[in-house]
Amino acid sequence: MVSSSDRKDWALSFLLVVSVAILGLLTWWFIVWHFELPPALLPSPRQCWDAGLENRQVLFDAVFKSTGLASVAGLATSIFLGSLLAMIFSQSKKLRLAFFPYIILLQTVPIVAIAPLLIIWSGYTFRTVVIVTVIVSLFPIVNSVTTGLLSIDKDELDLFRVYRAGRFKTLRSLQIPSAVQYLVVGTKTSAALAVIGAIVAEFFVGDATNFTGLGTLMTGWQALAKTDALIAALFCSAFLGLFLFGFVHLISVTILRRWVVS
Amino acid sequence: MSLEIPAGEILSLVGPSGCGKTTLLRVLADLHKPTTGSVIVNPAIRGDLGQIAFVFQQPTLLPWRTALQNVVLPLELLRHSRSLNESPQINAKTRRQCEEIAVEMMCQVGLGDALRLYPRQLSGGMKMRVSIARALVTQPKVLLLDEPFAALDEILRNQLGELLLERWEQQRFTAVMVTHNISESVLLSHRIASIQNGKIKELIDNRLPWPRLENVRGTPEFGDLYRRVSLSLHDAPKEG
Repeated sequence: MVSSSDRKDWALSFLLVVSVAILGLLTWWFIVWHFELPPALLPSPRQCWDAGLENRQVLFDAVFKSTGLASVAGLATSIFLGSLLAMIFSQSKKLRLAFFPYIILLQTVPIVAIAPLLIIWSGYTFRTVVIVTVIVSLFPIVNSVTTGLLSIDKDELDLFRVYRAGRFKTLRSLQIPSAVQYLVVGTKTSAALAVIGAIVAEFFVGDATNFTGLGTLMTGWQALAKTDALIAALFCSAFLGLFLFGFVHLISVTILRRWVVS
Repeated sequence: MSLEIPAGEILSLVGPSGCGKTTLLRVLADLHKPTTGSVIVNPAIRGDLGQIAFVFQQPTLLPWRTALQNVVLPLELLRHSRSLNESPQINAKTRRQCEEIAVEMMCQVGLGDALRLYPRQLSGGMKMRVSIARALVTQPKVLLLDEPFAALDEILRNQLGELLLERWEQQRFTAVMVTHNISESVLLSHRIASIQNGKIKELIDNRLPWPRLENVRGTPEFGDLYRRVSLSLHDAPKEG
């Protein structure tokens, strides 16, 4: 249900966001023009747009067929693996205490430090890119789903106990459905992280699919001092993150609409 | 505390907050182990599945299930579990049978039209009806109610009280109800236990005639009983 005030809020928000974007572009253009910056240091918005158009096929393939594919594959793996781990953690406090700190450790180890090691083990492959993406995007999902599985309303739990529902039935009919909202929140955070993971991995791995990824394009254009194309690629990576986030949001809205009070 | 509850009786527990009413109820439901002493329930009921049902203060409906699916839940949880009870309610084998039983119960609480609605689409009173239907769907021998109508306004409270009596006429369960509402306890129960500091202070017989209809409320007998319960609670030591 969208009330008219919701629609007004949405329109206002859209207007403000577009205004900020225009203001930002104008400022950018003004700086380039006023200080007469060389294009290799900071090209004008127009030059970046042109460079993007010129490389549109490469960028399109990078966004959708290489980096995007790796992000989606990594995110999907994280959702599956993360939910599975969370389910195991929800069953035993001891397991949780023993292993949760290592999941946090996985989050805190800098990914740039693990990437070279992963290349030794897994090679310059698409698989390595996906593994890096999983490592980066796993934690938010494990964390939020575990929280979701464990923060069950006391009365709901009592209801299940009155009917002597065992662990499995409680997990299946109470804990997992309750945790869906938490999974959505975790996945939204992870969606943006997955793109970062894929691009960072591509810095190290290079071309892992038949198509050049955004990370590889960026390092290449940096070496050639093609700053305008580099900035265009930067925008593409931001859009990929947004796209993935929006996609997760859309799915979640469709699933949760029926029963979550918005 | 020693208390005997004959089968088919409705007993109200009244008393100040924190006096142990809810704990007693939870002990009866086997959700809480008594520190000392024991609860002896008719052996055919104790330990058997689906014979005891609990109505919480909040409707406690699962938001991702429709009203009907919420009522089906107990039958679903009891499926495939061994029970001494031969009743079709507990031994429903297929999803379809469970659903039929639940639909019937929903109609009996007046929610035949709301089967496919989700909890967030239901009003407070309807939610509580679903909650009662869910508790009664297994045809339990014992019904435990923890301030079931406390969150509702008086009109709804009266309607649901009537519904409870109506269901009791049909199913003849034993009921133990915690309440803060004196007129509710007078209208709905056979006996009223006033509880203080974890002990039964007074056990008041309620001889108002059955069936209890709304018009009982105005009678002098009702007033007398109301006063008695009220007095029994009145000498309770002030909190703090």
